Amino acid sequence: MRVPILKQGTYLIATVQAGATDTDFLKLREDLLAMVGTIRARGVIIDVTALDVLDSFASRSLKSLAQMVKLRGADTVIVGIQPEVAFAMIQLGLTLPGIATALDLEEGLLTLRERERERKARAHDS
Amino acid sequence: MAKRNGNAQGATGGDGLRQELVAHLREQRESLRQMWVQQMTAKGLLAGLSKQEIETESITIYDTCVGCLATGQYESAQVYATNMAERGVLRGMTSEQIIGGLLTLRDVYGRSLAERYQRDLARLSAAFDVYEPVANKILSIVALAFIEEREKVVREQQVAIRELSTPVLQVRDRLLILPIVGIIDSVRARQITEQLLRSIRSARAKVVVIDVTGVPNVDSRVAGHLVQTVDAARLLGARVIVSGIAPEIAQTLVTIGVDLTKMNTVGDLQGGLDEADRLLGYTVVKMDGAATASQG
Repeated sequence: MRVPILKQGTYLIATVQAGATDTDFLKLREDLLAMVGTIRARGVIIDVTALDVLDSFASRSLKSLAQMVKLRGADTVIVGIQPEVAFAMIQLGLTLPGIATALDLEEGLLTLRERERERKARAHDS
Repeated sequence: MAKRNGNAQGATGGDGLRQELVAHLREQRESLRQMWVQQMTAKGLLAGLSKQEIETESITIYDTCVGCLATGQYESAQVYATNMAERGVLRGMTSEQIIGGLLTLRDVYGRSLAERYQRDLARLSAAFDVYEPVANKILSIVALAFIEEREKVVREQQVAIRELSTPVLQVRDRLLILPIVGIIDSVRARQITEQLLRSIRSARAKVVVIDVTGVPNVDSRVAGHLVQTVDAARLLGARVIVSGIAPEIAQTLVTIGVDLTKMNTVGDLQGGLDEADRLLGYTVVKMDGAATASQG
C-alpha cells in the first residue's frame, strides 16, 4: 500500500499507515525524493502516529530518508512516535540520531518554520 | 496451628485412636491450655498481649487445633491463621512469637500424650502417627500464612513507593520537571521513562528538566538509563535538560569514561529551569514592589 504524500505550501506531509511494510518505506523514500525536487519543497514531515512498532529497518529507512532529503535541500521531521514505540526503540538502541522529531503534526510544522527562520537569519547575517 | 495429642486405652485402628486423642484433649483442655500459656509466658512469647487477649486467643487456637484433629479438615485453621496473620503483622508481632507459641503447644500436647501412653509404647507410637501429621500440617499452614502476609505487605509497599517516587510536574506551559530521588535500577528506569513519555504526550511538553540531585549514586549503568530516557523523550519531540549532577559525581563519571556530551546538563535545578525558559522563550522579570503588594 503506497503511502500518500500531501503537499502543504512548501512542505510535504507523508502519513504512514498502520501495517506499512519494508517495501512501503522504500517506495515512500523514492516518492518523496522525487517530489521534493518537483515541488521545490523546503520541508518534509513523516507522520508515524498510526505505527505501533518501528523496527530497525524502518528506523534505518527513515534515517537515510532524512539524510537524502537533506542533500536535496529540505528538512525532515518525524512526528507522532507513540510513547510505547519510543520506549521499544530505545531498548533496541534505535535513537534516530541527528533527525528532528516532534510530538505531532502541528509541532512538526512549527519545527520546520523555525528551522526556515533560522536558516534565513543565518543567510542574512553572512 | 497447633497439634493435639491424645491418650486412650483400648481404641483400635487409626480412627478409633483419633477419637481417643480428641476426647483426651478435650478432657484435659483447661490444664493443658494453662500449661501452654505458662510456658509461653516463661519464654517471653506473649509480650505485648493483654490477659484477656491471651485467654481468648489461646482457647480459640486450642479448639481450632483439636477440631482439625477430630475432622481431618484444615479450612478452619487456614481461615484463622490468615486472619491472625493480618492482625499479627499489623500489630507488629514477630514470627518468633507466632511460631514459638505453636511449637510450645506442640510440645505440651506431645508431653501429655507421652504421659498418657507411657505404659504402652506401641500405642504411644501409633498415637504419634495420628497426631504428628496433623500438628505439622497446622504448623506449616500458620507459617505460610504469616510469610504470605509479610510478602503481601512488602508488595503493597513496593507499589506505593514506586508511585510516590516518580512524580512528573508541570511548572509552565509545555515544561515538565521530573525530580528523581533514590536509587535508579533498571525496573525503575523503565517505569520513569514510561511515565515521562506519557506525561510528555498528555502535557504536550517541549522541554523536560530531569533533576538527579536526589540520586545518591550515578555510575555507568545509571548514566546509561538516563541517556535512554533522554533519547526516548527526544523521539517524542521533547528536549531534555539534566540538572543536579553533583561535583563528585561529575568527577566519577568523567573518570570512568561515561560520555554525557550528547546530553544537555546543567548544575542545579535553578539553572535547569533558566535553561528551559530560554529554550521556550520565556523571560522571568521581577516586578518592582511585587513583594510588598502581595504581603499587604
